[in-house]
Amino acid sequence: MSTAVARRSTLPGFGLTMGLTLTWLSVIILIPLAALFLKTFELSLDQFWSIVTSRRTLNALKISFGLSFAAACVNLVMGTIIVWALVRYRFPGRRLFDAIVDIPFALPTAVAGVALTQLFAQKGWLGAPLAELGIKVAFTPIGIFIAMIFIGIPFVVRTVQPVLIDLDPEIEEAAASLGANRWHTVFRVILPSLIPALLTGFALAFARAIGEYGSVIFIAGNLPNVSEIAPLLIVIRLSEFRYADATAIAVVMLVASFLIIFLINRLQRWAQARIPVH
Amino acid sequence: MAIEVTNIVKKFGSFAALDNVDLKVADGELLALLGPSGSGKTTLLRIIAGLDWPDSGEVAIDGENALSRGASERQVGFVFQHYALFRHMTVFENVAFGLRVQPRAIRKDEATIRARVKNLLDLVQLDWLANRYPSQLSGGQRQRIALARALAIEPRILLLDEPFGALDAKVRKELRQWLRSLHNEIHVTSIFVTHDQEEALEVANRVVVMDKGKIEQIGSPGEVYDNPATAFVHGFIGESIVLPVDVAGDAVRLDGRPLNIPALGAASGAAKLFVRRHDMAVGPAGTGALEGAIRHVRSFGPIQRAEVALSGSEGKTVIEIDAPRDRELQAGEIVSLQPRRYRIFATQG
Repeated sequence: MSTAVARRSTLPGFGLTMGLTLTWLSVIILIPLAALFLKTFELSLDQFWSIVTSRRTLNALKISFGLSFAAACVNLVMGTIIVWALVRYRFPGRRLFDAIVDIPFALPTAVAGVALTQLFAQKGWLGAPLAELGIKVAFTPIGIFIAMIFIGIPFVVRTVQPVLIDLDPEIEEAAASLGANRWHTVFRVILPSLIPALLTGFALAFARAIGEYGSVIFIAGNLPNVSEIAPLLIVIRLSEFRYADATAIAVVMLVASFLIIFLINRLQRWAQARIPVH
Repeated sequence: MAIEVTNIVKKFGSFAALDNVDLKVADGELLALLGPSGSGKTTLLRIIAGLDWPDSGEVAIDGENALSRGASERQVGFVFQHYALFRHMTVFENVAFGLRVQPRAIRKDEATIRARVKNLLDLVQLDWLANRYPSQLSGGQRQRIALARALAIEPRILLLDEPFGALDAKVRKELRQWLRSLHNEIHVTSIFVTHDQEEALEVANRVVVMDKGKIEQIGSPGEVYDNPATAFVHGFIGESIVLPVDVAGDAVRLDGRPLNIPALGAASGAAKLFVRRHDMAVGPAGTGALEGAIRHVRSFGPIQRAEVALSGSEGKTVIEIDAPRDRELQAGEIVSLQPRRYRIFATQG
């Protein structure tokens, strides 16, 4: 009798929701991923190894992960500055700017790619002056980098914004009354309180950039070993009917992405434990 | 350090939060700003701290104009109602913060900082919590850490905004006594804001009663309780019986019937009679200024509290009185009531 009472939860529907959750996650995520892994088993270990360590694959992975990381870093810094301005100051057009941040979310990525390519092409509005300085953006890795910054920025802004809004202004007043100048207040009090949100925003922008395809392929030029991203290489292998090759690269991307996200998650947990939500 | 506030005006839109406030605080005082919410007490405290700026007026700390300096330059300790501790720092680092952000020229070395933080944690009796994070502390502990943090910068004055407001009754009582004894120990000029009269009367040397942006009375706890200067103070501090009366010359009338008590110099016209519950003497019918029927009696501790329906008001005016338990009162009994001490204030407007 007593165990029956103890087991009864005040929140009904555990069985139903848990069942739906597991089924849904299996159908949508786990089964497709498992199929991906199964497909790679058509390859022998040697074949697998030679595909993923081929020069073209390694370069594509390096470009994808390296530029994504760099773009996420830029987004982290610029996103934080944008959030600060949007949250802390009242200026004409603030709501408009706030809405503009969401455009990369909503815009079809191919449209973004075409627009960026036009802008940064040798005769484009930004491309022409840059070309005079000797900087070529479109059809180079710099173009990829810019496309990745474009699609990643809203992730940082939208994760950090609510946390900064909720940050108690008394914290800053306390810092001021203790003699801290603005510099100390920002770097010792405000930013450390935002760390968990900043990490989340960084992880999302990073993950988004790794998976980005549509906007990048228009501006990248797609030269093997120079400006060819891993997702494009996968598509190329698929169009050549080399399905196992494609899945092998996909598996490497998947595992690498998973490890990175896992690492960022751990960092976040560690930061969260120190700054618990009360 | 002495504080002198002169002619402070502060408006939020058309609402006057502070309306020409003057206040002098002597060195080493422990002063309470007491008033209901919206009385301007917190605004005044924040202006002294440099967290808000007045529209006009002056603030001087130790004779020096404070308004030309920001909060970070005033060396004023401030304790917030909701602690405002830095969540990402340990208790130790919270207390050390003020020392670590000092300009390099006067910043102490690490060993000195550590020793000072240790001393402060000892002072608030929480040295054993040095390595915890604020979220792991109880409310009372957090507020004591907030106080230690404010004291770390050796503040010239200490300001506390409803410091015990977020704590439960028992902890609040303990902390009150503790704050008093701490003040006796360190003697820093302190002002604390509260809406709790008991807290103000129990802790402060002097009490400033505020209402609607103005100071109603300044005095020792005894003075504001025994000799309230205005009707507001009488009603706000301590429990009072309030009766609407008419004053004509030296005669006082309630509902048209004369009460045989002198008007104590109150101006003729409509007025209010204030009597403390325990200042109403109960006697046999026909011997006092007022008469009424006891409706209900509750006894607790040394007193009995009776609800009395006054005669001549058709039972509409019911007052509560506190009587000693030397004679048990009975419901239904007709008694007379004689105010021993009372004040009459002319009704304004």
